[in-house]
Formats: sequence, C-alpha cells, structure tokens
Amino acid sequence: MALLEVSNLDVRFALRQGEVRALRDVSFTLDRGERLGIVGESGAGKSVAAFTLLNLIAKPGYIAGGSIRFEGNDLARMSARDLRRVRGNRISMIFQDPMMTLNPVLSIGEQMVESLKAHRRISTREARAIALHKLKQVYIPSPETRLHQYPHELSGGMRQRIIIAIALLLDPDIIVADEPTTALDVTIQAEIMTLLRELCEKHNVGLVLITHDLGVVSQMTQRTLVMYAGRVIEQGPTREIINDAQHPYTQGLLNALPQMTTPGSRLNQIPGSMPALSNTPSGCAFHPRCQYRYDASGQPRRDCLEEVPEFVTSGNCDVACHMVRDMLAKEAS
Amino acid sequence: MNAVAAQTSPATASPTHAEAESLLEIRGLYKHFPLADGFLEQLHFEKGRLVRRNEQVHAINGVDLSVHRGEALCVVGESGCGKSTIARLVMGLLSPSAGDISYDGQRIDNMRGKQLLPYRQRMQMIFQNPYASLNPRMTIQQTLEEPLRFHHPNWTTPQVQDKVADVMASVGIDPEWGKRFGHEFSGGQRQRIAIARALAVDPEFIVADEPISALDVSIQAQVLNLLMDAQAERHLTYLFITHDLAVVEHFGTRVAVMYLGTVCELADTRSLFAKPKHPYTQALLSAIPRLEDDRPEHVRLSGEVPTPVHLPSGCVFHGRCPHAMERCRQEVPQLIVTDDGNQVACHAVEEGRI
Repeated sequence: MALLEVSNLDVRFALRQGEVRALRDVSFTLDRGERLGIVGESGAGKSVAAFTLLNLIAKPGYIAGGSIRFEGNDLARMSARDLRRVRGNRISMIFQDPMMTLNPVLSIGEQMVESLKAHRRISTREARAIALHKLKQVYIPSPETRLHQYPHELSGGMRQRIIIAIALLLDPDIIVADEPTTALDVTIQAEIMTLLRELCEKHNVGLVLITHDLGVVSQMTQRTLVMYAGRVIEQGPTREIINDAQHPYTQGLLNALPQMTTPGSRLNQIPGSMPALSNTPSGCAFHPRCQYRYDASGQPRRDCLEEVPEFVTSGNCDVACHMVRDMLAKEAS
Repeated sequence: MNAVAAQTSPATASPTHAEAESLLEIRGLYKHFPLADGFLEQLHFEKGRLVRRNEQVHAINGVDLSVHRGEALCVVGESGCGKSTIARLVMGLLSPSAGDISYDGQRIDNMRGKQLLPYRQRMQMIFQNPYASLNPRMTIQQTLEEPLRFHHPNWTTPQVQDKVADVMASVGIDPEWGKRFGHEFSGGQRQRIAIARALAVDPEFIVADEPISALDVSIQAQVLNLLMDAQAERHLTYLFITHDLAVVEHFGTRVAVMYLGTVCELADTRSLFAKPKHPYTQALLSAIPRLEDDRPEHVRLSGEVPTPVHLPSGCVFHGRCPHAMERCRQEVPQLIVTDDGNQVACHAVEEGRI
C-alpha cells in the first residue's frame, strides 16, 4: 500500500456567485521516500491540491468527495484532534512566501521549540538541542545565534532554509512544498532545491512539490502530475513527461519554453489562457486552446467538446485526452 | 516570421559592436538612495550616545552602458542588483546621483518638463506588473488615448481613435474591448494593453522592466512573441530588464550581467551563454533549472548577496567568489575588453587565473 493515496478528490468553494469546483476527480499516490511534482499554471488548482492534502481547506471551501488516505486513515474525514497529530508531525508543509510563514514576534528558537513541544513530551532544553541539530542539517551558519534571532533579521534564502528545518523538525514522512522558491533568486533557488532534495533522499522523506516551473520539476522529482483547470490531465515518470509528453497541453507548455526553440525565433505559444474555475469549458477543459480539436475533415470533434476524457495509459504515463486515446486505439488495431 | 528571426537572432547581430550606432549612452552612472529621509530618522542611539548617521543605499555604482540602435540589450541580475533602477534612471523617473545619460547624442538626464517631452514620446516603458500599471478607473480606450492626446494635442478625435484601433489590433486585442476596464482582463491581456499603450505613440526605444515575470509560462510565450514582432515591424530598440536567463538567451542581442549595482560582464548573447567568463555569470547560468537531467551540478556560491548599504571593498562579488584573492578584496575591477570583444570586470579573468 502506498503511503499516501488520494482518490477522486473533489473540492468546491461555495461562493455567492455559485459553486466553484477547484479540484475534480484528482487521484494519485505517493510512496515512502518518493518525490512527486505537481505542475500547472496559476488557476490550475495545484495549490488547492496541496492545502487539501493536509485538510487545510477553509470555508467557503470544502471537500465534496473522495478520500486522502495516509497510512490507510482518511484525512478528509478525520477529527480535528487526530488531524493535529498528523499535521506538522507526520506530514509537514512549506509555504510559498518565506516572509509570511514565520511568526515575526517569536524568535526562531521559540518557534522551533513550540512546534516540538506541541507534538512531543520533552523539555525545552531537549527541544532546543533538536532545533539546533536541524539548523545544522540545513547548513545555517552559526546556528546558535540564529535561535535567538527574529525572522526580520534574516534574508529570504536564510528564512526559507529555517522553514525547511522546521518542516524537518519532527522527522515527517511527507513534506508538501508549495512553490518553495518562487519568491527567491535563481542562485538561492538552486541552493534551496538541492538542499531539499538531498535531505529528502537522506531521510527517506516523501515530497510533494507544487511548482509552475518545469525545469524545477525535472531536477527534483521522480514522478509528475500535470494539472489543468482543476483536473489532472497527465501523470507519469518525470523523465517520460519531460522527454515525451503525450497531452497536447503538456506538450504546449514544454514547447513554449524559450529553450525549446532556436534563439531569436518565435516561441511556440499556446493560444488563449487558462479558463476561470467558475467557468470551465464543457468536455475536455483544454479543448478551446487545443490544436487537435478538429477531426480529419476539419470539423470540431464532438467528444472533445462534450465528454470529459478518461485516462488512457501510454507507456508509463496516464493521459486524459481523446486524441491520444484514438491514436493508441489505432496503434493497437 | 523569418524576418523576426533574422532581426533578433544573435547570429545575425553585427559582431562589430564598437562600430554599431549607439542610441542610448550611459556614462559613469551612480544612484544612491538615502536610507533615512528626515533628520530624526538619522539619529541613532549608540553606546549611550546619540549619533547622527546618514546611510545610503548604493543602488548603482558606476555603470557604463550603451544601447545600440535596433538591438535588444538585456540587463540581468538578482533582486537588489540595481537593474530596475537603471530602467527608471533611463526613463527619467529617477535622477542620477552622478554620471550622465544621453539619448541620440543629447544629454537627457538633466532635462526637465517641456524639454524632455519629445524624448518621452520616443522612449516608452513597459512595467512588470500589469495589475498595477493600468489605471483601474480608466477604460482601455481612455488608457490608450491618453498618451496620444498628450503627445499630439492637435490631432482630431477620429484620428486618435483610428490610431488606438490600429494599435489594439497590432497587439491582438479586440477593439471592441475598449469600453471595458483593466480588471476585466487576465494578466496576459493586461500586459498586451500595457504594450499597446507604449506602442501607441510610435516610440523607437522601449524600456521593458520584467514585462513577463508576472505571467504564466504559456502566456509568457505569447507576450514575448508580441515584443519580438513589434521589434521587427517597428525597428524598435529594447532595454530589457529581466532575471530570467532563458528569456535572455532567446531574446537578447547583448547581455549585461549586474551584481550589486555594477556591471560585471557585458557580452553578446551567444558567447555569454556559450562561455561565461565572470564567476558570477558562471554561477548564475549553472543555477537555471534545466529540463535535461544530465547537466552538471550547479556552482555553489557561499553566502548571499550583501546589502547595498555597506558595499564590500574591492570587487563587490569577492565574498561569494570561489576565485577571490587578496587583490579582489582591495581593488575594484574595471571592465576590460577581452579578445572576443566582450567585456568583463574580474581580476581573475584579467590575470588569466580562470
């Protein structure tokens, strides 16, 4: 059994203007020590997916269906008390903005000791020793001094490293990282990502990495999930997705990168933009932007317009696309 | 679209940069911002005594750059390196602490008001955040008409409206959308509108400050294509500020790499990416997350960017540089021209150590 098993997750936000479906039928698994990337553009639902993993969806949002099984227990139906035992302890989270995540009125040491004592019956002295050890693990220079410092005294990269140290504090099984380096510069991003990957490998921690950057996914993860308009549209081993993407959206996303064309020539753009979640197109949500939505005679394909595509398996990847399904059927016959 | 490729490809860019006609010249530019504005903010209590200290942020520390007609000069660097300050100084939104900026042979940094007006039409700017750069209380039509009415006060209303319709069509916005307000559009569409506003007065030079950083990948490609098309059609010159090296490699004719308010390397795009010379450029290039999995481990820099309040002595990069020696700690390196015509400010390169 996988460590984390998400099946048919359905998350909605009950807004005045009507219900918005942020996640539809999202399923995936994560094994112990595995690193999974969730990619997509803004509005794809990737951050909602991250928050849902820890059942952190606040009103007006709610989990309308599906389950999040962690070691067999469904986090979607767990009591608040039981959830607190999992959150931060077994599954911890790294948020996007290192400026906002740390409490500005508590010193780094106090924040670290606080979360340790919330989960374990240990003395402050013991907690400080663990905190110090974790700070050393993330290569913070002069860690003893840092324990007494406040977040505003530290740079962005340093803060994000401290957040990683806090995420590792209770030796979790899974870390969920929501765009952990988006606010940072490239050289610092490279450092933080390498650190995160090494620590996950060393301690056999599973990682769910939410990002919009295909380069980061390629460097960091073993498996990738591509999301579009609240649905997973393609998932499989990262290398296969990067080298041989099947879904037209994934292909478009990869081909739009400047490094995929010769310098100076036109980039391969995907026309249009991601639909709002309150107003997703019928059938395959990508069809208004998809170049394969016409059949051989140049007519719009009815199935793309009307039916939500089911997953088909191509190689080691699962792809939700009518065109890919037809192509596979043709190959098989 | 081949015309576009020919226009912007570094391969076709003239190798004799020295002979290329320069449109914008920046010489010995400095910009300092006072950290504390008022007298009271400058007072500090130290060791039982009240001292007055007037500290400065050294945003730009002696930059020389020239932008050649028809090229796209990219300025790259990490946050706090002064690249946006350069954009603002060039546009006259800030005035330099020292040094001069000339446009087409004419010094513009000391001009004010009416004198600067003709230059404001020839130079336009595109800002980073299209959510902030469009006035929320103006319709798109009003937003696009305003610069035209300002720069062409004798144009009739139909003339202005025709021009607006023209420029909207050229950036791929439906002229019907003119009645709507900025908030009704997505980020990519807003940035198109911001580009249309810049193009409306037919400028020859555009300063673009991170124009695609706030956009999604698929939209970035759309906007970048639009900028390249506009360059080919209108023979524009760009000063393009960005932190995204993949975009630079694609878009730039030449690249200036900045670190803590100084230019550390200036080269044509192809040779910079093929053979970066400055240790900082090398680290920066190796840090781009690439799609390939077989790339070498990135160059690890020790420490972080120092604050521009207390600049390091000597080479500003010496604290993080793996090749730093005693000379680097004491002497400020000057940009030297290397054998391939590019410029680099590094003692180690000069001495042939790397």
